[in-house]
Amino acid sequence: MTAALLETRSVSKSFGALRAARDVSFKLEEGARHALIGPNGAGKTTFINLLTGVLPPSSGEVLLKGEDITTMEQAARVKRGIARTFQINRLFRGLSVLENVYMSVAERVGAAPQMITPAGKRKDVIDESMHLLETLKLADHAHLTITGLPYGRQRLVELAIALGLKPVVLLLDEPAAGVPSAETHIILDAIDALPKSIGVLIIDHDMDLVFRFAKKITVLVRGAVFAEGTPKEIGANADVRAVYLGQATHG
Amino acid sequence: MIFTIENIASMVLGGVAAGMVLFIVSVGLSVTMGLMGFVNLAHGAFAMLGGYIIVLSMRHLGVGFIPALAIGFVMTAAVSIVFERVLYSRLYKAGELDQVLFTIGLAFVFIAALTVFIGPENQPLTLPPELRGQLDLGIVQYRTYSIFLIIVGVAIVIALWLGFERTRFGAQIRAAVDNRRMAESLGINIDRLFAITFGFGSGMAALGGGLGAEFLGLDPQYALKYLVFFLIVVAVGGAGSIVGVFCASLIIGVLDFVLKKYLPQGGTLFIYALTILLLLWRPQGLFGKPS
Amino acid sequence: MSAPTVFDHPAARALSRRHRLRWWEPLPWILALAFYFMFPRYLGFGTELLIMVLFAISLDLALGYAGIVTLGHAAFFGAGAYTVGMLAHHGIWNEPISSLFIGAAVAAAIGLASGLVLLRTTGLTLLMLTLCTMALLEEAANLGHDWTGGFDGLTGISIPPLFGLFEFNPLFPKTQYLYVLGALLICFVFVRTLVYSPFGHSLTGIRENTLRMHAVGAPVRTRLVVCYTISAALAGIAGGIWAQANAYVNLSTLGLDRAATVLIILVLGGYGRLYGAFVGAVAYMALSHFLAKVYPTAWQLGLGFLLVTIALFARGGIIGLGETLMARLRPKLKPKPPS
Ligand SMILES: Nc1ncnc2c1ncn2[C@@H]1O[C@H](COP(=O)(O)OP(=O)(O)OP(=O)(O)O)[C@@H](O)[C@H]1O
Ligand SMILES: [Mg+2]
Repeated sequence: MTAALLETRSVSKSFGALRAARDVSFKLEEGARHALIGPNGAGKTTFINLLTGVLPPSSGEVLLKGEDITTMEQAARVKRGIARTFQINRLFRGLSVLENVYMSVAERVGAAPQMITPAGKRKDVIDESMHLLETLKLADHAHLTITGLPYGRQRLVELAIALGLKPVVLLLDEPAAGVPSAETHIILDAIDALPKSIGVLIIDHDMDLVFRFAKKITVLVRGAVFAEGTPKEIGANADVRAVYLGQATHG
Repeated sequence: MIFTIENIASMVLGGVAAGMVLFIVSVGLSVTMGLMGFVNLAHGAFAMLGGYIIVLSMRHLGVGFIPALAIGFVMTAAVSIVFERVLYSRLYKAGELDQVLFTIGLAFVFIAALTVFIGPENQPLTLPPELRGQLDLGIVQYRTYSIFLIIVGVAIVIALWLGFERTRFGAQIRAAVDNRRMAESLGINIDRLFAITFGFGSGMAALGGGLGAEFLGLDPQYALKYLVFFLIVVAVGGAGSIVGVFCASLIIGVLDFVLKKYLPQGGTLFIYALTILLLLWRPQGLFGKPS
Repeated sequence: MSAPTVFDHPAARALSRRHRLRWWEPLPWILALAFYFMFPRYLGFGTELLIMVLFAISLDLALGYAGIVTLGHAAFFGAGAYTVGMLAHHGIWNEPISSLFIGAAVAAAIGLASGLVLLRTTGLTLLMLTLCTMALLEEAANLGHDWTGGFDGLTGISIPPLFGLFEFNPLFPKTQYLYVLGALLICFVFVRTLVYSPFGHSLTGIRENTLRMHAVGAPVRTRLVVCYTISAALAGIAGGIWAQANAYVNLSTLGLDRAATVLIILVLGGYGRLYGAFVGAVAYMALSHFLAKVYPTAWQLGLGFLLVTIALFARGGIIGLGETLMARLRPKLKPKPPS
């Protein structure tokens, strides 16, 4: 059996007395279309922070293709192909949309340390960034500063920056939150257009989107894995309905 | 140098007295930095303003020392609350740079205004007769005023500590220092909390300005002259921690006093170096919460 | 849409052309030369002004581009000044141009060493650490009497003729002015190249959103340290020239006053804008030259109000105000997306 693309082995994380992740063992397979759901405060974002190295786990291991990356720095993980988006936009707000995407593409192709060549002469970087924006239907906005962009479009720039890294593992933290429902398909289309081998993990509260997208769902409750299975199994799971889906329909 | 008991005792007393003044001035700065995350380089200016009010009201209005301290506290607190509501509050969400520029500018304005209206010279503090002279403590004879400062400082730290730990208002401040959003969602009126805390902190600075005028002097340059020291105290103690400021003030007060005596040349250098090392070891200071 | 049309897009065109020289960019240099011919009696003042421009540009790189908020940049100005001054005063080395390189190297070494440890921190802690580092150097210069001249500094630094040809001392302000102008031009071209490079772009990214820079895999700390070191070297050159031009060094080169002055100059002109250093230095130095000596209190009062106003209402400084004004006047010139 080959190693999973990304794997955690009983990872835990405590903030003082609060245990935001408890013994989470999780596998993201190659080509996975995996969803992580759970009520507010379940620890979903914390889990992504553990995978990307924003936070060190209190205990447990994180492995990428079988290699232990538990103590590896964020930048090194990104170089190995882990990319993420943020639940709350983290963009370069004073820069144009194109300049935002340029940032991640330049980093990936190794242009960023260059000090003498003007950024504008790296046509390859500009070219790739523009094409990325076209696939996300953002090209018309490429010259706008982020602050002048509607929130829904800003969410797409979030995604564009992550895609600029050409990831092997893509972790999406509520990518559709704040995107008008008529435009969520842009996100799904963009993911569909990615190479099939990429493992995608998506967090979202929008059950329509989750069930349309995912082949596998993990439910996280109070930091621990509560249930795992195909959308069908999860949809039929009475306990999950009780703790999560039921609550979601009420809320 | 001779290490007799008298020597050591008088050094400790002198250092602790200086540390108390440092504490009284800096505690407001620490709480505003911890609570509001505001880099207030005009804090020394409020201390100076208070010092002037205290010294001048004694000289021109014939008010006694203690009533003058009260007047200085109240007036400075009132003035600073106006500044907080009208100007500071606009910059809570701004970056440090804007806060630094704004408060340096404010300090300049205070300095220039006092120079114009009062004059550039030092304003000596005339102590009431019962605080002059020496007090016999058994082991040593020591300056009455220093003993007075120590008593006042200890009283203030106990009062502050009780207020912080035992009152509803103190609990609200602690909650807001820990997690501002959480405090807001619990229905704490953050605006009011900020204004009162800021006013109180500036009032404390005013007390410190008046109490310390006897050995720190009081001229328009005061606003910036000691600022680095106040900042060091806050950074070393940990922004937002009363116990932290108290310990840091005592350490730095005593250290400065001793070093000035035995190492008049390199003393300050030593304090800077120590501060740097400490901040590298614990960026949040001795008692600060890690960010 | 296919590949060749991408560059027709206004955003791509703007990005691929932004490093090109704009029509007004030679203007400061023309003005600087005009000053040389028109005000021969003010060249000493002009020299001082150009030095502050260079110093402010070095700060702009760290503060304006990379967003490193420092209160202690005079540490590097002073390091350069003292290096050049001490080498010349003690008869070790005094050839002007190579002295500047040595001064820059010493300042860079201090920038590198302090940057490696300081730039792990942010916010108040970083502010305090930069302040303390500078205070530490100032105290050291004060104490190292035999080497640095202590409180009085070192006077009577003699510099041999430039290129062995042009007399170099305060009695020959013409040589000095052109010398500083030349050094400034070289440093400016270097900084301009740097900020328009991908490296400069990534510094802007760190300023705009450090967390995101980590998430796109940028070695954030390394970038910051490199930037800080370069900035320190440039400040060292400014300080070195200051020592050469004045023929003395003293503690004023590395105190809080100088650090605050350069900060004020930069924000007055507008930080993160390259030319803010020029505009700010001209405005500040002219005002202080004519006002500060006659009405020192009014000067301080005015400066105070100015800082408050900038922080509250005009974060872009003078250039920022100009930009806002221009944008109001001709809103139609903004690039429109292709339909
Ligand atoms: N850096 C931190 N320090 C302290 N507590 C934290 C930190 N980050 C998260 N928490 C706490 O951990 C818990 C889990 O938070 P997390 O953001 O991971 O939840 P989530 O599942 O992403 O929720 P949501 O659906 O609202 O995004 C919450 O109670 C949160 O307050
Ligand atoms: Mg979340």
